[in-house]
This record gives sequence, structure tokens and C-alpha cells, in this order.
Amino acid sequence: MTWTNAFPADRFPSGSDAFPHKHLLGIGGLQTWEILYILKEAEHWVALNRSGAAKHDDRLSGLTIINAFFENSTRTLLSFEIAGKRLGADVINMHAAQSSVKKGETLIDTAMTLNAMRADAIVIRHASSGAVQLISSKVDCPVLNAGDGSHEHPTQALLDALTIMRRRGKIEGQTVVICGDVLHSRVARSNLFCLKSLGSEVRVVAPPALMPAGIEAFGAVPFSNFDEALDGADVVMMLRLQNERMQGDFIPSPREYFHLYGLDERRLALAKPDALVMHPGPMNRGVEIASSVADHVERSAITEQVEMGVAVRMACLDILTRRARRVEGWA
Amino acid sequence: MSGISLVGGHVILPGQEKAEALHLHVEDGKIASVGKAAPLAEQLDASGLIIAPGIIDLGVFKTDKPAFRFGGITRAALMPDQLPVHDDPATVRYAALKGKPDFWVHPLAAATRDLAGLHMAEIALMKEAGAVGVATGRHWIADSGIMLRIMRYCAALGMPVIVHSEDAGLAGNAVATAGETATLLGLASSSPITEALAIARDLLLAEESGAHVHFRQVTTARGLDLIRGAKAKGLRVTCGITPGHLFLSDNAVSDFRTFARLSPPLRSDDDRLACVAAVADGTIDVIASGHDPRGPEDKRLPYSEAAPGMAGAETLLALTLNLVRDETISTGRLFELLATNPAKILGLKAGQISEGFEADLILIDPDAPWQVDGDRMAALAGNTPFNKLPVQGRVRQMLKGGKVLQTRRP
Repeated sequence: MTWTNAFPADRFPSGSDAFPHKHLLGIGGLQTWEILYILKEAEHWVALNRSGAAKHDDRLSGLTIINAFFENSTRTLLSFEIAGKRLGADVINMHAAQSSVKKGETLIDTAMTLNAMRADAIVIRHASSGAVQLISSKVDCPVLNAGDGSHEHPTQALLDALTIMRRRGKIEGQTVVICGDVLHSRVARSNLFCLKSLGSEVRVVAPPALMPAGIEAFGAVPFSNFDEALDGADVVMMLRLQNERMQGDFIPSPREYFHLYGLDERRLALAKPDALVMHPGPMNRGVEIASSVADHVERSAITEQVEMGVAVRMACLDILTRRARRVEGWA
Repeated sequence: MSGISLVGGHVILPGQEKAEALHLHVEDGKIASVGKAAPLAEQLDASGLIIAPGIIDLGVFKTDKPAFRFGGITRAALMPDQLPVHDDPATVRYAALKGKPDFWVHPLAAATRDLAGLHMAEIALMKEAGAVGVATGRHWIADSGIMLRIMRYCAALGMPVIVHSEDAGLAGNAVATAGETATLLGLASSSPITEALAIARDLLLAEESGAHVHFRQVTTARGLDLIRGAKAKGLRVTCGITPGHLFLSDNAVSDFRTFARLSPPLRSDDDRLACVAAVADGTIDVIASGHDPRGPEDKRLPYSEAAPGMAGAETLLALTLNLVRDETISTGRLFELLATNPAKILGLKAGQISEGFEADLILIDPDAPWQVDGDRMAALAGNTPFNKLPVQGRVRQMLKGGKVLQTRRP
């Protein structure tokens, strides 16, 4: 069963009612059917991306998309850039290192500047929670959150959901274990909101110092013991552990972290025999995940996540620019 | 010099719950008499109004006269967190003179040089320059040794020590209280015991040193329990709070509203209710505005980069009158919290309507409705988390040292 059969297109409202938001700031503000709508649209782009040499669709031709990354990124930036270009848009990348941000310009002034350049969509990553929402309130065009501090990273959660949907056939009823630095992870938050919205059971595993307060209120079941959490898991989602958290402030050492929270073959055997391994990247091999697991041909979905990322971002850029492009039912 | 009579109003007298219909005579800048005696030649019609002592705002961050005038504040204790820091007799003397004659600033001296928490400032010299108390500023002093020495020094000088209560280690870079809202928004947060831990230490040091310690803001149930216990034990400690923590809980931060970023951060609703209960049972001695006007350059930023603080001078009276309306406290008690107790803590002969006291008076229409509007405030900036809130209670006239000041029309 493919998921597109399970959620046929006629289930969605028509026109802009299918996705009535101007921006994509987080999963937290989305309805279940809005999430499903993006995933359905992304399926179309997966097919195009796999179609061979000419992976092009020019519907965003003439539109300017600015990728404003105030925090370093390789794969997310590349993924958004490819997504925009495959849709025919003019994509400009702005790196914080090259920008006037370093010269003391405020975030609002930078936002106003980007706005004055008449961008048709702005993709933003910023190290501070809430920064993307702040910018979105000051610009006229759609804003896509590519990660803000420890708050949200919605396209990551959408690409993860699409990966699970395709690999497991469904999301509802799946037991997903999210393990790592949940406290500081925007990926964990967005995935939690997304997966709960789509009907999964979500277990979060973290060292005590890296478990956020009150996470149960959002439907997560917290564990401090990874082995226990893995029992009956359909999906194991590992989070990246930032180097600066490993020097004794939050956990004693990378070695001790791997001992308690690293995913190796012994641990993976505790999950369901066909359980899926995921990681948002970039991986710290040997710190949170063993190479033998990360590279496991049948179990690891890590490269597929990257592939789905382009498709999901194409869907988001397409949907959010429909008003500006005066697509019928959206203008 | 002939005096002036305030006639037809209801006067709040010390120890009384309700205002009484009495005439009040002012002479030579002092309260001459209160009673039924015939009024003097010059009269001020106070009919329909409550005559209360001018508010003494313990712990503001800016001298903001238009906002204080609007809010019925006749004196304010100015925090040492200024540019430059009040760690020197000259800056203290300047601050003390700045508001006169129509407004009195009572500077608080920095406990440590540059408020760095490391070396004692020239506290005695600053006292002679006009400082009425010593404050740790926006932060807690982490070094217990220096804190004890400061308290001992201040005990000998007879100065209150006004402390901020957040354990530095637990607080870290937190901008929110640990809980659902902080987790939802992905904000760095710390446990509410961050406050109680700091209070516990400072209570032990207060007992050891014999200093009068005033905890400027106590905002958690655990912290208030410690204060309650210390008072029962007979320690010379007092504590305060601002309306932010009495009327808002941490969900006001939703959508990253930087105007609701306060220091300490807003707490859970359970803690908020514990604060209201502590006002009712007398554990809390002072309600202050914490007035800290901040423009867009400080507030129109990502949440964790925005400066904490709210412009509170204009809304202090109207918001706290809600405590009277909902019968948490009496009118008389409210003015103990707003004026009498702050004056006692700072050692000022003011803050109550008694013969011989400074005639700092406000005439209040307690039911006058108005709406808080951050865009039209008298303050230096409109950073109020109570924006658009309908409130009741306006100051109609203000007397400073017996002189009638012009007040802003509604």
C-alpha cells in the first residue's frame, strides 16, 4: 500500500484552503491535513527527481528566492538551493559570514533589506529561537523556516515523515524513538509535533540533562534508558550531539555518551527486526551512531531522507508561492 | 506660608482598611492635620477622589518623570544599573538631585564595583552622597564570601541590602522558566528553584550578618515559603514583587513576545497564584513597578537576545487596584505595599498620611476606566506586556512636598 492511495487527493480542500498559511514557520501551527497535503505534493516531486536527466519544472521561473542562512549549514542550504533551481527560480544564497550581520546590523534591518530587494520567498536559518517568526512579521513575501535555534525545523520533520511514510507504508500507529540532545534539538521538536499529529507513538530518549521539562505535555513518552525505549520500535531517529555539549557540561564524554545512547547493532536488535534507522545529519559516527548501522543497506534511511528533503522543499516552495503566481484557487 | 486644604475626599490613614471622609491640611510642605476641622482659605476640591500617599517605587531602572507622574509615583529608588554604574559617590549625588524639586530620586548604591560581584564598592561614601540602600543590581552575587562581607558592612551602616534572587549556576543563560512554554518555544530555561536556592543562601547570610535584606522580587511558591519561614523566625527580611509576576504567567511569552521577557522570567500559573496568596497573607511587603523602559533596539530582537524588563510605572496603580477589587487586600493595605513599606525599608519619613510627614499625595479616581496603550504611553518606551488591557484607576492630582503638580489629562 502506498500512502497516496491511503490519502487520495480528493480528501483535501480545494485551492488555498488546502494550505491557508502565508509562511512555514513550524509544524506546531499546522493541522494534520495541512501536513498531509504537503507530503502528497512532495510525492509528485520525488517522481520528477527520479525521472532521469531533465529534472526541471519551470513553474517558479522569474521568482527570486533568497536563502538567508545566519547559521552555518551545508545540506539544508544545498537542499533548498536545488529545490528552488529545479523549479526554475533564481536562487540567491546569503551567508551570515559574508553579510552585514557581522557589522552589527540588526536582524530587523536585514529583513527589511531583503524585503526591499523584492524576494518572492525567503528561506531563513538562525541560531536564535523565534528569529524566523520575527523576520516573517516584517516582510511581505512567504518565509520558510530552515531551523531557528532550539525551536523548529519544519521541513526536516516533513521529509522525515515522507521517508517513514514511504518506507513503512504508514505513519499512524508507528512507534518512533527519538534519541539524543532533545533539549537543544529543533529537529526533535518539529518531529514530535509532526509525528504526534499524524498518529505515531513517540518516545524521546535523552540523558537527564538534555531532556526538556514538560515534554510529556506534547504527547511524548520520555525515557532515560535507550534499551528500554527501543522495545517494539518501528523507527529509530538519532539526533546529532553538538561537540560543545560533550565536554563535561551536559555529558561527561563522547565515549560515555556512546556507551549509553549510541546506536549500534546490539541496540538496533532490540527494536523491531525491520526497524528503520534515521538521522538528520550531519552524523558524528562513533558518537551517536555506529558506522555499521548508519550504512546498513536495508535498515538505514539516511540517504533517502536527504533525497526526500529536496522533494519536500520543492513542495513547500511551490505551495507558498502560489498566491504570488496567481495559481487558480490560490490568488 | 499659608497652606492648602484638600476637601471632600476620602483619606487613607495609616492602619485603616478603608479611606475616610476627612479634610486634609497641608502647610510648609508637610501634612499639618487630618480631620473634620474647617478648611483653610485655599482649597483643592477632592470630592469623589481617594487621597493616598504618593507611591514610592522601590527599584526602578530609569528616572522617567512623565511616566512616574502618570502613575502617581512621587519618589523612586533608582537601581544602580545605570550608565555609568552607581558605584561612585559622584554619580549617586547626581542621581539624587536629578528629579528635584517635583520628583525625588533615592539612589541605590551598587554593592560591588561595576556591579561585577567581585569587589566592594565605596558604600559609606555613597551613603553620604545620598544613597538610601545597597543593591546587587540585575544579578545575584555568586561569591558567598563577598556577599557576607557586604551584608556585615551594611548592617553596621544601617543600610538595607536589596538583592536579586537567581542562582547564577542554575540560571546559566536561561531566558525562561522550565516548563511547557519554554519547551514548546525551544527557549533556554531554568528550574523555578533557581530563585529559592539564591534566597536560601541569602537568608543564611542575613541571619549571620544581621543585615536588613530586601528581596526585590520573589516570584515562586518555594521562594515565598522560605521568606515566610524567615519572617516567622524573626529575621529582618522583606520582599517585593512587580505586577508582571502577579498578573501574568509564562504562557504570556507564547509567540516569542519579548515585552513579556522579564527578569526573573515569568513563572507557572501555580507560582503566580502563590504570589497573589503571599500578597494577601502579608509575606510580600512591597509592590513596585520595576520600571525599565526599553525601545525597539532592545526589544525588537529574537527572544533570547532581547533585553528583559517592562515599562511599569504607568500601570502599577491601576493593575494593583485589581487586588482591591477582587478582595485580595484592602485599599489601606495596598498603600502600605506601594508607599508605607518602601519608605520604611529605605528609612524615609514619607509614604503615609500622618502629621509632620512630607505632603507627597495623590488624588485617585479608583474607578476611572482606561486602556493600556503601549503606543501612547508617557514613558520613555512602551514596552508593556499589558498592552490593550482595559484597567481602572487614574491619578487626577499629585502633590509633591505640598505643591500641586500638573497632571496629564486622560
